[in-house]
Amino acid sequence: MYEGAIQDLIDELGRLPGVGPKSAQRIAFHVLSADPADVTRLATALRRVKELVRFCTVCYNVAESEQCRVCRDPRRSEEVLCVVEEPKDVVAIERTGEFRGRYHVLGGAINPLEGVGPDNLRIRELLARLGTGSVRELILATDPNTEGEATATYLALMVKPMGIAVTRLASGLPVGGDLEYADEITLGRAFEGRRAV
Amino acid sequence: MPGYRRQLYRDDALVLRVQKLGESDRIITLLTRRHGRLRAVARGVRRTTSRFGARLEPFGHVDLQIAGDPKGEQGSSLHSISQVEGIQLYGKALVTDYPRYTAASAIAETAERLTPVEREPSLRLFQLTLGGLRALADGEHASTLVLDAYLLRGMGLAGWAPALVACAVCGTPGRHGAFSVPAGGCVCPDCRPPGAAHPAPATLDLMAALASGDWRTADAADSPHRRECSGLVAAHLQWHLERGLRSLPLVDRGSTGERTERARHAPRPDPADVAKEAQ
Ligand SMILES: [Zn+2]
Ligand SMILES: [Zn+2]
Repeated sequence: MYEGAIQDLIDELGRLPGVGPKSAQRIAFHVLSADPADVTRLATALRRVKELVRFCTVCYNVAESEQCRVCRDPRRSEEVLCVVEEPKDVVAIERTGEFRGRYHVLGGAINPLEGVGPDNLRIRELLARLGTGSVRELILATDPNTEGEATATYLALMVKPMGIAVTRLASGLPVGGDLEYADEITLGRAFEGRRAV
Repeated sequence: MPGYRRQLYRDDALVLRVQKLGESDRIITLLTRRHGRLRAVARGVRRTTSRFGARLEPFGHVDLQIAGDPKGEQGSSLHSISQVEGIQLYGKALVTDYPRYTAASAIAETAERLTPVEREPSLRLFQLTLGGLRALADGEHASTLVLDAYLLRGMGLAGWAPALVACAVCGTPGRHGAFSVPAGGCVCPDCRPPGAAHPAPATLDLMAALASGDWRTADAADSPHRRECSGLVAAHLQWHLERGLRSLPLVDRGSTGERTERARHAPRPDPADVAKEAQ
């Protein structure tokens, strides 16, 4: 245990995902010895992200205005909607350059063991968007793991009766992996080879 | 470290829970055949280049090589998985059927809660859990029946199965009509506490059938009795657990299918057409 400010910083850093007590201590001492201008820039970036970034009111991607960049772009097709778990998945798919439709960010996957059910995700909002009738194909791009697959199963069950084509990214994405770690080529191929569910 | 031996040991296990750790690792909660419940780290499995990942998904029955001290104190160090082979990856089938996936989640969480102490062997719970996941994946019986049978027998192993063939208080044999969770199950008219439930006799028959493995009777039960039985089993389980199960309220008892069914027949089904179909 250290005193005052340095321990406070270690405690705060230790609450971040993937940062253990040892890493928290290492980062804290790095900050302590760093150039004051660098530290000020980091502090400003942290503050600004909470002040400026919010969720798109249409697709729940991160946005710096009412709507995100994709939703504001009139060239993006409204007929194809791609469902992902997190905003970082939007980034991964945008990197492939394969997709010209729009997104819907669920905010996670159905995981009963962690107490996350359909009502805890933005599924009601998704069904409302689909209800407007402009979407013809729904691409389920949830992670290729158990929770992602189960979420896709649930969504297919809910959406197919609405008369909308439902597709799933092709295999080639290894089971158990995170979508964000897939390279652009694999993810791009998965898009091209998507199959009906 | 004095007295600490790190060694390799092998066991087969069920994957109960998978949680992210750091950038690309996972912590896997396992129910092993011979070493009880334990948590082990699987390194690098979230990278899409990992061949391990698919085998360490929830509900799989796997053969493992683990590095760590099998008798080590809890928290002395996290064990790590050095090799894994799939025996039967039940998760693959379960994720394609939403009600079965939610029932499997409730089984996995229950198994974890029935083993409060890590590394305390519980062969019978392992066998019961393996049987429950296998039955769900096979799809021969309704998922809620498999779940309730698992919960009843799991409570039996824990020593708090509801009394079904004798009064829970005085032990008078027979099928008594009142059911009281605080009293411990069925109670005779003399022992019946205020507030005891009076389930349909067929509901108690179903519960007894599930507890004893009489699937012919269980499969024949109709849905109101299945629902009533599930409610009593859940209440009995929650009474004995310190905190409620997170997954149990999320178990899909067919409502998603029913909603879908209703949506498929939208807009309004003509009563005459429905009658024609029924003939
Ligand atoms: Zn948007
Ligand atoms: Zn009695």
